[in-house]
Amino acid sequence: MITYALMFAIACYAVALLFNLYRIVIGPGVTDRILALDTMAINAIALLVLFGIWEGTAIFFEASILYAMTGFVATVAYAKFVLRGDIIE
Amino acid sequence: MELFWEIVIAALLVIGGFFGLVGSFGLVKLPDPMTRLHAPTKAATLGVGAVLIGSMVYFAAFKGNLSLHELMITLFLFLTAPITAHFIAKANILRDWRADRLPPPEGAGDWAIYTPAADTSALELLEVEEADKEAAREAAQAAARVAAEEGGSEADRS
Repeated sequence: MITYALMFAIACYAVALLFNLYRIVIGPGVTDRILALDTMAINAIALLVLFGIWEGTAIFFEASILYAMTGFVATVAYAKFVLRGDIIE
Repeated sequence: MELFWEIVIAALLVIGGFFGLVGSFGLVKLPDPMTRLHAPTKAATLGVGAVLIGSMVYFAAFKGNLSLHELMITLFLFLTAPITAHFIAKANILRDWRADRLPPPEGAGDWAIYTPAADTSALELLEVEEADKEAAREAAQAAARVAAEEGGSEADRS
């Protein structure tokens, strides 16, 4: 049962990543693309955790923590660059 | 007992996957950037939260080691989601909105996004100084007027 639930969740997040990619390609504004990239990082975290359950190892949590941190910093840096024209003032 | 945990984990994973899909579908479906900002919060909190709790229950029930890394990831996402949303909303206001479409902010000055320096306290100080100067000028004019009237009446008397 867990296997099927895992397959369902992985399929859901894969389709979600495709939706985000669509928004990055089509998205009419810069902020839409920033938001889609942020959501992509969050979906990648979920996919990494699901893959960790699939493999039965706890080593992917470190990777997902790294993804969470770099995703946050990247989003803030993009938004800051759009806002001020500079990242570190 | 094993079946119970399996049901719990499967339910959490299905809920997580569903909300992740809903969040990204909202990102595609919703009409304008400010409403699009609303959709991925579901994926960030409910979706990833349910997946992480499911993973925690899985490793506690079947692998026998309870790890609290997942709670750390959840906490980090809950802390950072409002900050990123705030930054993206500010960038969106700066790029896509005109200043006259926004309601005026309280107090003196404009919205911090449209002013080069976000700190408006110097502007307020300048206004207070201007008001003081205006009051002093008015007081001097009134005093001069009173003096002139007195001088005029004295001239009449003489």
